[in-house]
Amino acid sequence: MIPGPFSYHRPATVADAIKLLSDLGDDARPLAGGHSLVPMMKLRLATPEHLIDLHGIDGLKGIRRDGANIVIGAMTTQHDLLASSEIAGSLPILHETALLIADPQVRYRGTLGGNVANGDPGNDMPALMLTLGASYRLEGASGVRDIAASEFYQGAYFTALEPGEILTSILIPVPAAGHGHAYEKLKRKVGDYATAAAAVMLTKANGKVATCAIGLTNLSETPLSADAAAKLVIGTSLDDATLKNAAAAASAIMSPAADARGPVEYRKHVGGIMVMRALQRAFAKAA
Amino acid sequence: MAKTHVTMKVNGAEVEGLVEPRTLLVHFIRENLMLTGTHIGCETTHCGACTVDIDGMSVKSCTMFAVQAQGSDITTIEGIANADGSLSALQEGFRMMHGLQCGFCTPGMIVRAQRLLTENPSPTEAEIRMGIAGNLCRCTGYQNIVKAIQYAAAKINGVEFQEAAE
Repeated sequence: MIPGPFSYHRPATVADAIKLLSDLGDDARPLAGGHSLVPMMKLRLATPEHLIDLHGIDGLKGIRRDGANIVIGAMTTQHDLLASSEIAGSLPILHETALLIADPQVRYRGTLGGNVANGDPGNDMPALMLTLGASYRLEGASGVRDIAASEFYQGAYFTALEPGEILTSILIPVPAAGHGHAYEKLKRKVGDYATAAAAVMLTKANGKVATCAIGLTNLSETPLSADAAAKLVIGTSLDDATLKNAAAAASAIMSPAADARGPVEYRKHVGGIMVMRALQRAFAKAA
Repeated sequence: MAKTHVTMKVNGAEVEGLVEPRTLLVHFIRENLMLTGTHIGCETTHCGACTVDIDGMSVKSCTMFAVQAQGSDITTIEGIANADGSLSALQEGFRMMHGLQCGFCTPGMIVRAQRLLTENPSPTEAEIRMGIAGNLCRCTGYQNIVKAIQYAAAKINGVEFQEAAE
């Protein structure tokens, strides 16, 4: 399988990349790790006339602390995340989730920025970013803006990115010390997208849930934030009835597609189970 | 489409060629360089038969363009043997432990396992299985591939390989 012809561009700066994107318009696509776009190009489902490879831009890679945020460059790979002691220490749920994405070879190339910017409902990072309260830095011809992950996703492959804009970094508030976390992902095999997955971040006070956020992957056209379910568990010690209520509240907002991963009812059912398992594991981990 | 001149190091030798931007790295390696040990399996980034090592990373060469490898340092299965031509520890492990049947996945398996053992010279069985999760084998059931990698790890670490009881 050979992709259609295209012109290859390798800018050295974000400004050059933005200029190329603005000049070339709809016929141009930015290329990050390429592990979503290149397979689509080989199938001729994507036929960009210009590829703007972001690998030549040094400033787009890396993980750093900036006050109360961890700032991750868009071209930071899943492998980089897994190798980072900062991530393992401060954001262990990001480490856990990265390890559930695809396989080692794909993780060497696949980037956090590509994963969150593509708008693929099957990608794992978008729901996690909602759960963490992350925001994305977008740069375009008209300047720089930050947008909350919760406002970024509009539909399958539709995001708040304007033509000519590039997502350059991800800003994640450092979670409280002693927080509990879990990402539960049901998949048919290694490397698959989630049949259903749930991210949970919570804190405890006096043995009860003090704060909680729940994100859902591949259970709608966009990642979901299960706010009603999260609210239900606050102030409880996650007894069986509460867990079931939370799963039901989460299931109520799910609208998965029926596909090779199962019919709608099945995916909603296992989606509820992922929520319960993630809540239990996060609760057990929280101090 | 205009062709682009690319240069890179493959198995220690400087190589060059003219490629279209859409030329996949695996096609450049097999058809321009005539290094046909790197196999094309699924062509959909699943099977890992086309795995090569690029600048210290295991990469599926069917999912990268040759122009993106400009200036990089690549190792393919042809570059795995010891300098004197004898089998590397991994190659010997695959031979001794019957880590292949049809052999189609073997180049990708060995190139991937080489990077795995470089990063983690004493992996557990679980780490080996996770480490080769991007390489599919339809013959062996993986058991003997895992043993082959354990054999190589033991040899590299200078300890005697002991097969786990089954």
